[in-house]
Amino acid sequence: MSKQRLVVVGNGMAGARAVEEVLARGGAEMFDIVMFGDEPYGNYNRILLSEILNGTQDTDGITMNPLSWYAENGITLHAGHRVEKIDRAAKVVIANTGVRERYDKLMIATGSRAFIPPMQGVRIEDGSLKPGVFGYRTVADCQQIVDYARSSKVAVTIGGGLLGLEAARSMTVLGCESHVVHLAGHLMEMQLDVAAGGLLKKTIEGMNIQVHTAKQTTEVLGSDKVEGLRFKDGTELLCDLVIVAAGIRPNSEIGQFSGLTVERAIVVNDHMQSVDDRDIYVVGECAQHRGRLYGLVAPLYEQAKVFAEHVTQTNVNAAYHGSKLATKLKVMGVELASMGITDPTDDNDEVVQFTEPKRGTYKKLIVRDGRLVGGILMGDISKAPFLMQAFAQNAPLPDERLSLMFDLGTPSAKVTYDEMPAETQVCNCNGVTKAGIAACVIAGANSSKAVMTQTRAGMGCGACKGEVTELVSWLLGGEVEEDPSVHYYVPTIPLRKPELMREVVARGLKSVSSVFRELGNGEVDAGAKPALASLLITVWKGEYDDERDARFINDRVHANIQKDGTFSVIPEMPGGVCTPDELVRIGQVAQKYNVPLVKLTGGQRVDLVGLKKDDLPKIWSDLGFKAGYAWGKSYRTCKSCIGTDFCRFGLGDSMGFAQRIERRYRGIDSPAKLKLATAGCPRNCSEAYVKDVGFVAIGDGKWEIYVGGAAGAHIRKGDLLTTAKDETEAMLIGSRFMQFYRENAKWKERTYTFMERVGLERVRAVVVEDSEGICADLDAAMEASIAACVDPWLEAVAPKTANQFTSVIPAKEEV
Amino acid sequence: MAAGEVLLGAVEQIPTGEGRTFRVGELEIAVFHTAEEQVYATQALCPHRQGPLADGLLGGTTLMCPLHDRTFDLKSGCGTSHEHLGLVTYPAWVVDGQIWVRPEPVQAEAAE
Repeated sequence: MSKQRLVVVGNGMAGARAVEEVLARGGAEMFDIVMFGDEPYGNYNRILLSEILNGTQDTDGITMNPLSWYAENGITLHAGHRVEKIDRAAKVVIANTGVRERYDKLMIATGSRAFIPPMQGVRIEDGSLKPGVFGYRTVADCQQIVDYARSSKVAVTIGGGLLGLEAARSMTVLGCESHVVHLAGHLMEMQLDVAAGGLLKKTIEGMNIQVHTAKQTTEVLGSDKVEGLRFKDGTELLCDLVIVAAGIRPNSEIGQFSGLTVERAIVVNDHMQSVDDRDIYVVGECAQHRGRLYGLVAPLYEQAKVFAEHVTQTNVNAAYHGSKLATKLKVMGVELASMGITDPTDDNDEVVQFTEPKRGTYKKLIVRDGRLVGGILMGDISKAPFLMQAFAQNAPLPDERLSLMFDLGTPSAKVTYDEMPAETQVCNCNGVTKAGIAACVIAGANSSKAVMTQTRAGMGCGACKGEVTELVSWLLGGEVEEDPSVHYYVPTIPLRKPELMREVVARGLKSVSSVFRELGNGEVDAGAKPALASLLITVWKGEYDDERDARFINDRVHANIQKDGTFSVIPEMPGGVCTPDELVRIGQVAQKYNVPLVKLTGGQRVDLVGLKKDDLPKIWSDLGFKAGYAWGKSYRTCKSCIGTDFCRFGLGDSMGFAQRIERRYRGIDSPAKLKLATAGCPRNCSEAYVKDVGFVAIGDGKWEIYVGGAAGAHIRKGDLLTTAKDETEAMLIGSRFMQFYRENAKWKERTYTFMERVGLERVRAVVVEDSEGICADLDAAMEASIAACVDPWLEAVAPKTANQFTSVIPAKEEV
Repeated sequence: MAAGEVLLGAVEQIPTGEGRTFRVGELEIAVFHTAEEQVYATQALCPHRQGPLADGLLGGTTLMCPLHDRTFDLKSGCGTSHEHLGLVTYPAWVVDGQIWVRPEPVQAEAAE
């Protein structure tokens, strides 16, 4: 018997998933499969679009089914062809490009598109969006936004749902001032109540995003491109980029054009078939089932499964009964779980609530007749698996409501997983159950990474990764294999930085080679040597066993290697200040060594560029300056303005402070370079707002301390850590921050990434409020590091290794 | 010693775990002294952007160029980060604490 033809219109998460489900049921033997996709790629994970926007992933990184997948599975893919019409009588689909395919069974998964609410001026004459206005739905949208953002200053995202908030966050990463405008009175009103929405707003505002709720946009200003928005209340907001993330509309026109019943979307029965044509199935956002539309991935994966079972006839009774909406997600680093209703709707509904605003924790449960009908968990979602299960199964709840929110007397994880029913869904994005994970482990997967790759569990929003890992480990009876993970400090040693530091101390490992020997896998990773050297010097300070081969060349010769193998020399110049004699001496050295380039740096110093390695020691001796440390992962320099000495506006002695900072921290190693600045007033002439640590005088001796600023490849205004009452306090808190960063940041992780990862609240709690009681330790550690620093340019007269500064050694003799 | 073999000098000229550039006639050669006390010789400049390989980092017999982190296997000369890049290697050995090299290039087989 010849194969039937299965044609799938739509190559998004629903279409591709549906085909995977068909293949998993032996569909390749039954069908020749043909897919049409509007976009010119394989299927990608739309949930991760914000990562394209903020540059942490490229298209490859979020691709779930690369083009090779289609070929390997014998699927014909027409990527970049949009099917416009179905000739149901002839059983043929016709694409806008003229491509025609005959079908026996057809599946429509055209998904949805961004909804652009009616606003005056949102479109230009030809009907397209005004330049600067973007939908937020596809990789192409993201690429256009990224391009446009290069020349934009203020970006506004219309829509404060999950997608909108993620987009707004990405805009800060792209260097724009970011605003969110939301129609409802609070953010994410579908998932959150007023209190949780308010709490989320505060958290988000702490990330330098301005949130405007209860605002209806009525007009997009600007004649030929966006210049601002006008709102119903008459106010305006100037901006040059607008992202519209105000919801989605199903792409159901294909149903209309082909004579299928379409209400809000294409109407289907419980087998996911069109009610008009049993050879046509509809899955995903373009399907309307029992009057409801679903936009989350979990329901559409359930639908895909029903479709697959039915079309392959592995289960002719397969039926979809609708989904109870419960979701776990991560919005801007805040973990959230939401299920059912967000507010009580019945007088007898029982509300159990807990709030801890300072930590951003919020928990609310709505109980009706002893069963969970709604819930919100924010900040701490450790109880989410239990609650979501109780919600989905309509299970009776324990009488002690407190135990719904907190682990009292902590039942061990083992008991929990033991008791967890097999059909409990662990990964909601990809619809993976405990049974699915168990089957994968039984089939031989022996690490959480293998399970995640094979089942897709944890590969959606990622919120359940921890749970999947724990479950796999429990299933394996603790025999889970460790995966090389992004969390390791260096790839070949399976420890995160704090664990590695503890291990290094416990074992007394003071050299890089000893760390590899005792903790590694027998292999010495060249690229990891400087990372370990940095960690060890932070831990051991003066006691560090300094193996020179572990250093990057810059740190071996105390200069910065250039593209042609020459080096640059930057003498220390605290606060950008030197005497006329010193300036003359630099000039004389530049002449004497015929320096190809003399350049003033961004850090207010003089750079002598293009020097031979062999000349370095003589140059240092002739200069008579201390090293400027312009080559390494370390404290670099502290810029300053003139401050109070001559400036008419100065409020604080920024120049003196910068000099005191430089003399204190010079030579301090750190995970990535530390560039500092002091500004004598908020006019910010020395750019202190965009430094790793910046101090800004505001009068009365006070200094504002900004951390995590950047004005390089990334542009980010620093977070205001605190305001110090005087210079001594400012120095102390700045010092603590730097030490906390040194101990906790990943290798090469700049402060701007570190701050986003750890969060301002936590950093402030630790270094200002001493919430963990470690401030005294941080202070002492920094003092010890400072005491252990030695000016490396002293090696001019006492080299540490053979031929340290020799660029070429002549052979002794030829035979 | 046979003709064509060149005495570079004492192995102590190169600190353990580092490399140095040597001149043999007109030719410059990068020579490495690994932590395992082996010596290897390769072309002096990286085939990517001419970085001075002797200034690179060593891990076992893997060499990482200081300019753009391209890595190579010293034994074979093969590129390990970018397979299309390969290094010319030269036979090198130590006798009585002295490094010898035969400056006849051995071309790495670039992978397709």
